[in-house]
Amino acid sequence: MKVLAIDSSGLVASCALVEEDHLIAEYTVDFKKTHSQTLLPMIEEITRMTECELQALDAIAVAGGPGSFTGLRIGAATAKGLGLALEKPIISVPTVDAMAYGLFGASGLICPIMDARRSQVYTGLYRFVDGEFVVVKEQWAEDVEALVTLLNEFGEPVTFLGDGVPVYQKLIDSLAEIPVHYAPAHVSRQRAASVGALAILYGIKKAEPARDHRPIYLRKSQAEREREAGIHAKGSLDA
Amino acid sequence: MSEVKILAIESSCDETAAAVVVDGRKVLSNVISSQIDIHKLYGGVVPEIASRKHVENINGVIEEALSQAEMTLSDMDAIAVTYGPGLVGALLVGVAEAKAIAFAAKKPLIGVHHIEGHVSANYIAHPELEPPFLCLIVSGGHTHLVVVKDYGEYEIIARTRDDAAGEAFDKVARAIGLGYPGGPKVDKLAKEGNPKAIAFPRAVVEDAPLDFSFSGLKSSVLNYLNGAQMKGEQINRADVAASFQQSVVDVLVGHTMQAAKELGITKVAMAGGVASNSALRAGMEAACEKEGFSLYYPTPILCTDNAAMIGSAAYYEYIKGVRDGWDLNAVPNLKIGQR
Repeated sequence: MKVLAIDSSGLVASCALVEEDHLIAEYTVDFKKTHSQTLLPMIEEITRMTECELQALDAIAVAGGPGSFTGLRIGAATAKGLGLALEKPIISVPTVDAMAYGLFGASGLICPIMDARRSQVYTGLYRFVDGEFVVVKEQWAEDVEALVTLLNEFGEPVTFLGDGVPVYQKLIDSLAEIPVHYAPAHVSRQRAASVGALAILYGIKKAEPARDHRPIYLRKSQAEREREAGIHAKGSLDA
Repeated sequence: MSEVKILAIESSCDETAAAVVVDGRKVLSNVISSQIDIHKLYGGVVPEIASRKHVENINGVIEEALSQAEMTLSDMDAIAVTYGPGLVGALLVGVAEAKAIAFAAKKPLIGVHHIEGHVSANYIAHPELEPPFLCLIVSGGHTHLVVVKDYGEYEIIARTRDDAAGEAFDKVARAIGLGYPGGPKVDKLAKEGNPKAIAFPRAVVEDAPLDFSFSGLKSSVLNYLNGAQMKGEQINRADVAASFQQSVVDVLVGHTMQAAKELGITKVAMAGGVASNSALRAGMEAACEKEGFSLYYPTPILCTDNAAMIGSAAYYEYIKGVRDGWDLNAVPNLKIGQR
């Protein structure tokens, strides 16, 4: 199975070609240019460099969210356009899962944290058991303090990674009652190779038609939240 | 030259649209997925919701456009997409999608200016129309008078200093309780009212007599409504709608006629959502007939945001050799004639 993998969920733009246990190419950029300007030129570069026939792909793998709403949509629309033109399905990989999977073999808990603003992070809890990737707690949005409290209850070492680290490292250090580690540069952010490898682990049975793919935002839009809050407030007055 | 077939994609606001257009004039399909029922709940377009809906709808809309045209991607000569102006999050969906399709299908990519698309809708509606002509562009986001000197060559000669004409319709509609979108609702209610009932102002911009200003008119309507409420007077909403609309139409028609006479142009076109307004059409027709000008405007479906107009504008870029790269970005405040 061969996939083109894309991750544009955060500040990093990344794409990779992965076939079974072989990483053919990966291009990862964490620079101030927008994903709209970088992502497709990067895909063009790795496919040209490796003489990749796009028709030989089995699926497009994409970091399906959570993440920056706009970043997720650029990734999703790129994957959907490729899927439409090539008549290939999409394998949507939870962003936080793919980040954790990059730390293959780590001991203790793996806890990616993506800065989700409003003093929250998108996070999830993972571990490797005899080389097998185990999702301990599926990705969700959480206040940082509540997350550290939860990790203290687990009572085992934790490795953090993600763009939430520079924002919350001090706070985590002050609250943690457990040994904490922070991942080094080569595995500290989103990488499309992890998205591709996890998509291959899932297999083609987890693929969806390109037209059906939509990002996992984990949050409603502000307008929807406000409207629902208004309706609930009214509802409680009526009741 | 054989026929040039273009697949065009448009997602600049709250319509997800795709079309197949031949030689810039012949529309094989024109699919529009409107989100209006969702945005109505919020009294206007919510950018984040619009962007999410575009992602959900876009493949289905494109597949439908190809299927209605009885063609596949391999039959296309180019992929065109609106890259500005508009809501940046919404534009980005269409741009990313179009780039990926063009890349994977090995087709040239052409980024199109949304408003140049609106102007080009006239090429579809009127096969005989050729530049040069004067075009009044009126929509929820734009009010411009533009000289179309040649295909893809534009000179802006007047613009709004504040609200767009369509924006004024939306705001007045909200004030008299008609809801969103305001344009068609004001148009309908105005038919039952007296356009001379209330004397609303016709604003003139001092240093630029062809420019437009609608914020004063909008305030004047709001003041009228507040005043009537304070005095406990019954408001005739149909009269308010008709009188407001007449004021907008008088200004739009007056400035267009003045510009055409000054420039010695005898062909006048209209474009954009407000070009569907029945009073504007009637007023412009009467004025053009009086002056001996020819008037052109698209059918209502081509006045709304659609992709056929993008395919038409893209064709004239295509034959000029314009091609965009894989780094094409959305430009939310793209200027007319800018690349």
